[in-house]
Amino acid sequence: MKTQKTTKATYQVPVGPIHPALKEPVMFEFEIDGERIVDVDVSLGHVHRSVEWASRRRNSVQVLYLAERICGICSYCHPIAFARAVENAVGIEVPDRGEYLRIIHGELERMCSHMLWAGVAAHEVGFDSVLFLTWQMREKLLDLTEYLTGNRITKGITMIGGVRRDITKDMFPKIFETLNFFKDNFEKLRHVFLDDKTFKLRCQGAGILTYEDALKLCAVGPTTRASGVKKDVRVDQPYFAYSDLDIDYITPDALTGEINGDVYDRIIQRLLEVKQSIDIMEQTIDKMPSGEIVAEPKIPKLLSTLKKAEGEGIGLHEAPRGEVIHYVKLEAGSDNPYTWKVRAPTYNNILPWIPMLKGEQIADIPIVAASTDPCMSCTNRVTIVDKEKKYMLNKEQLHRKSVEKTRRMMK
Amino acid sequence: MTDTKVLDANSVVKSFKEEFKTKIKESKIEKRSAGIKKIEYYHIWMKIDRSIFKKSIKHLCGIQFPHLAVVSGNDLGKTIELIYHFSLNHGHKNKVVSLNISVEIPKSNPTIETICDYIPGALVTEREKQEMLGVIVKGIPDSRRLFLPNDFPKNVYPWRRDEKGLDKMIRNLHEVKK
Repeated sequence: MKTQKTTKATYQVPVGPIHPALKEPVMFEFEIDGERIVDVDVSLGHVHRSVEWASRRRNSVQVLYLAERICGICSYCHPIAFARAVENAVGIEVPDRGEYLRIIHGELERMCSHMLWAGVAAHEVGFDSVLFLTWQMREKLLDLTEYLTGNRITKGITMIGGVRRDITKDMFPKIFETLNFFKDNFEKLRHVFLDDKTFKLRCQGAGILTYEDALKLCAVGPTTRASGVKKDVRVDQPYFAYSDLDIDYITPDALTGEINGDVYDRIIQRLLEVKQSIDIMEQTIDKMPSGEIVAEPKIPKLLSTLKKAEGEGIGLHEAPRGEVIHYVKLEAGSDNPYTWKVRAPTYNNILPWIPMLKGEQIADIPIVAASTDPCMSCTNRVTIVDKEKKYMLNKEQLHRKSVEKTRRMMK
Repeated sequence: MTDTKVLDANSVVKSFKEEFKTKIKESKIEKRSAGIKKIEYYHIWMKIDRSIFKKSIKHLCGIQFPHLAVVSGNDLGKTIELIYHFSLNHGHKNKVVSLNISVEIPKSNPTIETICDYIPGALVTEREKQEMLGVIVKGIPDSRRLFLPNDFPKNVYPWRRDEKGLDKMIRNLHEVKK
């Protein structure tokens, strides 16, 4: 623990391990002066489950399913990054159709995740009717996911060298139906988030991450792009078949003409990305070649190839929250990977929280913390330690504080 | 900072070799291609000597400020290998080159210099390497544990494969002091 110097004016507010914003634990320690945040310290590890260590007793195909269970929202990006790392280490070529199918699942996951985040963000500022609106829309995407993969959340679609299920022509109408639903409703969504007085009041100018900080702290994904740093694995390096499609970096100035790096920009960024995902999926279906979907359909044969292989590789993928990277080292004669390192996007977005939160108010903690879309946590209680006195704020009270601030600002 | 020059994989390797000569123990450019158009991309793997580690990071920042994805590590028996996964050329479509710099340090003296003074974003991953591999990062601005709880036994490093690894602790969990 860092030694904390409490002067007369400031006091400390620990937030978490059960956290204000999302559904997983992380712990913040705030140094507060009145209502203003002077300093922040983040501590992690409350849900460290030794997944990498557990992989030492599993073969590469079994690790795919372990990777899928790292996160419920990114249940596609971890196995796919692992599969790409193994493919790079061994030199497996994925068939073209397999690569195109991988794009569809990746973009579907991104839309699901951004819609979920939009609802959470609305909830954090006390705008619960928008939470229900966005999650109702997200339900359409989950239905489509179930239709394409057989599951709503853990999709079990990834295989080393391709994917496990094809998307045939008779399935296209259902995909277009969902995409058209989003196109029709996109204007409504944009109007709710970007023209609304409540969102503007609470989000413009809050939680600013500057271009320099985003670059130096190696932030990734929508968090860094909303500050104007052009980092997007889909455009950076040709992988899957993204290089065949017409895509480019998106930053919030595409809509507003300027980049502020605040919470409002991060909302714009994610809305623009939903629109981009619809476009990418349409292009993918349009250009999809015929052919095999997986390099080696026989699992025992694949496993024996992997057992003989020796080498190391990295696998990158642009997950909804940013770049995910897996490192794999394989040893000849062993079924199990020698080393497996998982780096989720939130890992790089931890340090940027500090400049974002400094100078903000207690009531802004939920929305600013949630604005990076941390794959981590939700507040059930907050302990406020005021010298000798110790009292707690539970999730409802903190949420009420946030709602009250919105009301105050609207008067 | 926005308009950076595009560096190709060969020139990056060449620039390192000219600067550090034989201290670059091994370098390899992995060429891959994607999509129907088969556009190529590159992963550079470079093994460097420990003595020039800090200088090489300085050299890299001099060429172009890189993106540090993460530092991963292997226990290779007598030595610990740390691999720094960088990438260059961000903002240029299809031009990003991954640069993996690997450095081996002996278990008898497992120290490495911090790179937080050049890349502040390296702090989280350096803290993780300290607790998971038992590496000592010299000059790290914050040396607390990151993921492991404060009451986790000292001298046990989960990613090690030797006697300091987890196996013994897991077999004798009843002996672990709270």
